[in-house]
Amino acid sequence: MTLLPYLVAVWVLCWGLYGIVTSRHLVHLVVCLGVAQAATYLLLVGVGYRNGAAAPIFAGLAPGTPVVDPVVQALALVDIVVEATVSALLLALAVQAQKRFGTVDPDELHSLRG
Amino acid sequence: MSRSVRVGLFCGGALALATMLVLACVDLPGFGHYPGPYGDVIARTGVAARHATDLVTAVNFDYRAFDTLGEEFILFAAVLGVAIVLRDVRGESERARQEAAEEHAFGDASAALGAVGLCLVGPLVVLGIYIVTHGHLTPGGGFQGGLALAAAPLLAFLGGEYVAMKVVAPHALVEAGEAAGAAGFALIGLGGLVFAGVFFENFIGLGTPGKLLSAGTIPLSNVAVGIEVAGAFLLLWTEFSDQALLVRK
Repeated sequence: MTLLPYLVAVWVLCWGLYGIVTSRHLVHLVVCLGVAQAATYLLLVGVGYRNGAAAPIFAGLAPGTPVVDPVVQALALVDIVVEATVSALLLALAVQAQKRFGTVDPDELHSLRG
Repeated sequence: MSRSVRVGLFCGGALALATMLVLACVDLPGFGHYPGPYGDVIARTGVAARHATDLVTAVNFDYRAFDTLGEEFILFAAVLGVAIVLRDVRGESERARQEAAEEHAFGDASAALGAVGLCLVGPLVVLGIYIVTHGHLTPGGGFQGGLALAAAPLLAFLGGEYVAMKVVAPHALVEAGEAAGAAGFALIGLGGLVFAGVFFENFIGLGTPGKLLSAGTIPLSNVAVGIEVAGAFLLLWTEFSDQALLVRK
């Protein structure tokens, strides 16, 4: 079943989105966003995988050995850094929401206040 | 919008999204059959062209260095954003925060936890420096090592020594480190422009592959990014722990 890893990525993305939609706590919502974003790591690393190939580290590896794609692994690293920064910003906003409005339930943050 | 309506809407939308994604996945090359060509080109020529044995780091800090510069400034801007969002609001003063910090000691932090935490600070710093400086040889690099470095003062915090954490990593030093690391990486790029005519060209002698001093600008970039990442995450953690102390008070 060569499709399975991609389908797992779709599955993880959908459950992350479900968590965001039904969340009752802003911190929980940020964690759900992290789950949804984990799908992109799976997809990126899955696309570059090659059966029986080594990691793209040539320390102690003969030149010409088949390796998995190093480009998508570098992209996954970028992805992780961006995810960390997005989480940090959103958590800071959650802290301010608690301070200003006294609640972190997204359902109670619906009305605009001047 | 009521909760059930929202979940119903979501289920419809998610079903459509999942269907489209699955249809797209069917046309992807099968798992385990990576077709190339870019990864293969780098795998074939990377070591000879850049003298770096960790090709992921070579991609990040040489082939795609320009993108990594953007990524680095995303991190920089996000930390700036957190500092602005968490700035003092009405009714909070720096003094209250200072007092809270001095009073802070996890009441339930045992002496054993504190001792182990403090003992691990040194080894973690060494590990972080090792990961940063060997990024072009073995798995690791500026981002990963910088995080290990940033975690070291956090161990002091875990041991209940918030003030000690501030002494080990004073705010001004951390801020300066973050800014210097970000600027250093940009300057390495400019160095390529000045000495080799192309932005982020690898303009330093490449050395012998597998040696610590090899791969030209890649280890230098790793050090700059490592300092920046360590500073950025330390700033994030001090901002959030300041908030936690205030809220607890």
